[in-house]
Amino acid sequence: MIIPHPLLGPRDAEEFVYLGDASLLDRPDWQEENADAAFFTYQYLRDNPAGTHRELWFHEQGDRSWLVVTRDTTTHDILTVEFASDVALAKAGSR
Amino acid sequence: MSYSGFRVIREALTGHKGWKPAWRDASPQSGYDIVIVGGGGHGLATAHYLAKVYKKTRIAVVEKGWIGGGNVGRNTTIIRANYLLPGNERFYKFSLDLWEGLEQDLNYNAMVSQRGIINLFHTDGQRDAYRRRGNAMILHGTDAELLDADAVRREAPFLDFENARFPIKGALMHRGGGTVRHDAVAWGYARSADRHGVDIIQNCEVTGFRIDDGKVTGLDTTRGFIGAKKVGVAVAGSSGRVMARAGLRLPIESHVLQAFVSEGLKPLIPGVITFGAGHFYVSQSDKGGLVFGGDIDGYNSYAQRGNLPVVEDVCEGGMAIMPMIGRVRLLRQWGGIMDMSMDGSPIIDQTPVEGLYFNGGWCYGGFKATPASGFTFAHLLATDQPHECATAFRFDRFETGLMIDEKGVGAQPNLH
Ligand SMILES: Cc1cc2nc3c(=O)[nH]c(=O)nc-3n(C[C@H](O)[C@H](O)[C@H](O)COP(=O)(O)OP(=O)(O)OC[C@H]3O[C@@H](n4cnc5c(N)ncnc54)[C@H](O)[C@@H]3O)c2cc1C
Repeated sequence: MIIPHPLLGPRDAEEFVYLGDASLLDRPDWQEENADAAFFTYQYLRDNPAGTHRELWFHEQGDRSWLVVTRDTTTHDILTVEFASDVALAKAGSR
Repeated sequence: MSYSGFRVIREALTGHKGWKPAWRDASPQSGYDIVIVGGGGHGLATAHYLAKVYKKTRIAVVEKGWIGGGNVGRNTTIIRANYLLPGNERFYKFSLDLWEGLEQDLNYNAMVSQRGIINLFHTDGQRDAYRRRGNAMILHGTDAELLDADAVRREAPFLDFENARFPIKGALMHRGGGTVRHDAVAWGYARSADRHGVDIIQNCEVTGFRIDDGKVTGLDTTRGFIGAKKVGVAVAGSSGRVMARAGLRLPIESHVLQAFVSEGLKPLIPGVITFGAGHFYVSQSDKGGLVFGGDIDGYNSYAQRGNLPVVEDVCEGGMAIMPMIGRVRLLRQWGGIMDMSMDGSPIIDQTPVEGLYFNGGWCYGGFKATPASGFTFAHLLATDQPHECATAFRFDRFETGLMIDEKGVGAQPNLH
């Protein structure tokens, strides 16, 4: 698999470490009511879709950036790649 | 028709005209008491034990493709009971006991071959960890033996004992472990279930669940609606997408695992051997091919194929302990989809939907579990109580903190 890095261009997936579903960016607020239930869902439950999946990859052997890669889990085709920091900032801005 | 040596001779003398299909190609009826979704090893075993041990009737197994086309026909066929944690070990011990009597139970030759598993260790710390594991196994009534380097040399003289980076210091030997002909497990269970009246319905994909007032009443399939009082789902790598149709999210990610077979060689490797400093395990099939594998690829996948970095990693592991295989040619390579759970251990439990039961989260190790998984799932379906060997495999263990994390790596499926 080749991941098109937004800055560094096409990079072998071997340079990256995979974390999982990009929903891990949406960490619940620990002070909210029912925070324990929210953390259970956040930590353990997954959509695990067959098809388009947004997921976190870390460019460990490169620029050490976190990326949000949108990939088709049935074909391994990579659709879009964004910096996780950009995704998180956009989300914070829209709040 | 019963299979026996006598039968083989009789058929040989009469031109093999008496053999019949091993199971009927059933069409769906309008309703059943119990429908099992998934005609893999676990689904077929569940049907067999439901009918034979729990004396249930009106049972069907619905399979999207052909039975045995999933992981039960893709795995590297290793069976063993060398787990550490109590929730797991008693279950896998039960499974190994069932394997030992399987062929008589099914009247089918599954080529169960207990030729031993050697888990190599390369450091003192690893020796301690394996000693602890071996003691846990012995406490559960399974066999375990700690071998020093000389004893390993007697078992497998061809290993690279003097490897500078990964010297072999000994191994944990589990003589009860070994291999089983995987396809024969699916076929044997299917034939026996069929003989006990179970309908095995192939080319029938479940596309939805009918749920009224929180209770399951049947299944929508590509071959029409099938009514069901109880539904047991055992679809391994497809767990996430099937259960999503019942509105459930699972503590499971689907990942791809690859396996490899070399060209046929003369008898070389006595049992199963695993490398302790990387992920590589190997056995030799009766046809002579070396059957080997290693880590999962490590990213969510429903494509039944993997990528090259893992191929390289697995082969490097092989070369580290058996440099002699360097010139052996690879014959075939394939992948299967693993239902990787959040603690690396399975789930056999009821769901919030009444009448809907789930069996999954087998990760890369569900083949060895097939008999016990079928038996305990049948018990749950028949009695609404967990079987005593499977009480730890609950859905709520992630909420209550009672995870069964053999590797101790936390909620990170690609590390289990
Ligand atoms: C490469 C590889 C090596 C492995 N090595 C080992 C090993 O050495 N030892 C070990 O213990 N385990 C091993 N495993 C794991 C083991 O194969 C699995 O855990 C086990 O086979 C899963 O249970 P099963 O047999 O019921 O799954 P499967 O055979 O996959 O059965 C599930 C069935 O459900 C069907 N299905 C899916 N969706 C639907 C639907 N909507 N409707 C109807 N049917 C559906 C599928 O078509 C499939 O036939 C390995 C797996 C792989 C891929």
